Amino acid sequence: MKYSRLILANLFRKKVRLILTVGSFAIALVLFTFLAVVKSAFSRGEEIAGADRLIVVSRIGLMQVLPVSHADKIAAIPGVKAVTHNHWFGGVYQDEKNFFPQFVIDPENQRKVMTELVVPDDQWNNFLKDRQGAIAGKRTAERFHWKIGDRIPIKTTLYGGNSGEFNLDGIYHSEKPGGDESQFWLQWKYFDENVPAVLKSTAGWYVVKLNSPDDAVRVAKAIDEKFGNSSFETKTETESAFAAYFAKQFGNIELLIITIGSVVFFTLLLVTGNTMAISVRERTSELAVLKAIGFSGRAVLFFVLAESIVIAMAGGFLGLTLAYLAIPVIGLALTGLLPPLILSKSLLTLGIGFALLVGAASGLLPGIGAMRMRVVNALRRA
Amino acid sequence: MPIPLIYNVRSVKARWTSTIVALVGIAGTVGVFVAMLSLARGFRATLVTSGSADNALITRAGATSEMTSGVSIDAVKIIQDAPGIARGSEGPLLTPEAVLMAPIPLRSTGTDANVELRGVAPNVLTIRKNIRIVEGRMFRHGLNEIVVGKNAKATYSGLTVGNTIALGSARWQVVGVFDAGGSAFDSEVWGDAHLLNGAYNRPDTFSQSVTVHLTSPAALQQLKDTLTTDPRLNVDVTREIDYYSKQSTRMTQLITILGGFVAAIMAIGAVFGALNTMYSAVAERGREIATMRAVGFNPGSVVLSFLFEALLISFVGGVLGCLAVLPLNGLTTSTINFQTFSNLAFAFKITFDLLWMGVVFALIMGVLGGMPPAIRAASRPVASALREL
Repeated sequence: MKYSRLILANLFRKKVRLILTVGSFAIALVLFTFLAVVKSAFSRGEEIAGADRLIVVSRIGLMQVLPVSHADKIAAIPGVKAVTHNHWFGGVYQDEKNFFPQFVIDPENQRKVMTELVVPDDQWNNFLKDRQGAIAGKRTAERFHWKIGDRIPIKTTLYGGNSGEFNLDGIYHSEKPGGDESQFWLQWKYFDENVPAVLKSTAGWYVVKLNSPDDAVRVAKAIDEKFGNSSFETKTETESAFAAYFAKQFGNIELLIITIGSVVFFTLLLVTGNTMAISVRERTSELAVLKAIGFSGRAVLFFVLAESIVIAMAGGFLGLTLAYLAIPVIGLALTGLLPPLILSKSLLTLGIGFALLVGAASGLLPGIGAMRMRVVNALRRA
Repeated sequence: MPIPLIYNVRSVKARWTSTIVALVGIAGTVGVFVAMLSLARGFRATLVTSGSADNALITRAGATSEMTSGVSIDAVKIIQDAPGIARGSEGPLLTPEAVLMAPIPLRSTGTDANVELRGVAPNVLTIRKNIRIVEGRMFRHGLNEIVVGKNAKATYSGLTVGNTIALGSARWQVVGVFDAGGSAFDSEVWGDAHLLNGAYNRPDTFSQSVTVHLTSPAALQQLKDTLTTDPRLNVDVTREIDYYSKQSTRMTQLITILGGFVAAIMAIGAVFGALNTMYSAVAERGREIATMRAVGFNPGSVVLSFLFEALLISFVGGVLGCLAVLPLNGLTTSTINFQTFSNLAFAFKITFDLLWMGVVFALIMGVLGGMPPAIRAASRPVASALREL
């Protein structure tokens, strides 16, 4: 590019202003990425939910148990591929701050239904043989530096005494990006032997895998009809609807963060845009001189646009790099409070696109002004 | 000798466009800072005011919330004779409670959210003394009647006095609304403990927790010592206020980390804005500053003068930011309570000290944004600055 030296010279004429403008852009981008990442974490459950899975809970409330005998009846419904049942364990590892979800699982069917959560076969076989066995998600195992073979004490009020100790037999990971790798799985049989009579032979909820996602509505209805008017009525929803139910209860907080964030983001962009406009206006006479010595109006527009886009892109790249470095750190601080924060490629692209758009927009107005100005007037003003 | 302050006020007015840009940056940052803190405080205050110092909550030892706790009816019989529990005309002031959850549609979206159902003893209002019936009446013992908290009434559809709703396997008539002073109880629905247990297939020999009214706040230790050393019992005794403040920690932590990070990024942005404004102010007034130095003002006065200008802008920005979020005070919103999985309504709580912190935050940004340009202004050689232009 034969004009690149001119553009660069203009960029660096006020170094402090250049640094501050690029910095402001970077800040706006960090904020944008952070908010987008947090927002996606809030709705993660819905995004990763399997379209071919249903969740069956008690009609009268989430914390109500269902008889474990429902499993066979559900499996008999046409269109159902596999059924597994879970319980919420709700124990405490060392301190309440160390929260992670603990599920009592049905080892026979867990892997048939939760196909994306993968455990190596040898680890899984050890787990099957071990009544006090446990499988931890990769994220939780890393968080507490657990190794296979460790004994994990979990305080619980469910097992007569106050504590249960479990052997870590395996670590699962999710084949689906963004999947939940924080769960801790326990054996249902051991649970069933130790809980008080009220909880014997029960399941907290069922997860149903379908032959085809198209069957979801029909099978859900068939399940609820099967148990209608029994003493344990059910409520069946798709996994994503079930996840949405939790996400919606967060509702207002999420909306609040997003609203406040967006307002601030646009304010920052306005501020940066304004700064660029000022820097162009200050040079009106120079641009007039360029036109006077023969550059076309379009060339002048190009100089101004190129300058603002370069600033925006520099700020954009810097901001995304900072976000890329900062988000894992802040994600660590939020462990146990929110699903992992993931900075996706599409988000990065969107961020760059945003920077480009704002850079072009903030350069366009003063640039068009410069293109249209009459040389005589502009020179006379200076 | 200091430079007269009116000089700065006038120069701020003369460059109003760039002043406004800096003002908006600082006001926005302070606004978000105050709003986030007030959100965290409101959530906390709602849970903390739920407990009172002269009540104690008895749960199964090791339980982290009422949801994972259970106290048998035999244990309740032992507990009620323990010392430290206040007595009314009908015996000890004690309510064994059942805590359940029911999906009820939200008014706003029509989708279900979890409401906390609390089965209580008929004398509960003599134990939780800060709760009053504001509409209708209290439910009657042995009837399928419920009373609802004022936030529950506002948040969920169908919870109006006179209406009948299905909960568990039974139907219940709403007979009253109670006001719990903005605490977590305001998001709950209360009914007869025995009937609620029945409707949810729960054995009537267990309750989730027992709340007792103490003879005095100091009686807690005595009660605790008696119950925790009794070999027939396996319970924890917590002051009600401590139980509820502990419940608020996770959500408060989430809001504080998210809000703190956003406010920190914005603060950097606002300092950049202030720096930009002040640097261009210094650059534009090179000759002015040099003239002032030439007529005898020393560099210290120049630094002070520019610092004052930055502080003026940031102070106004801070006050504007506070004013902008002030209408949020008292606004009710709701979110999930991590410990119970139920929905909890709470209000933004903007207190005077929060506003004060907001303004101080603005002034700090002003110093950071104003100091480097002020020093540059003072350190330029007089002669060369005067020769400019």
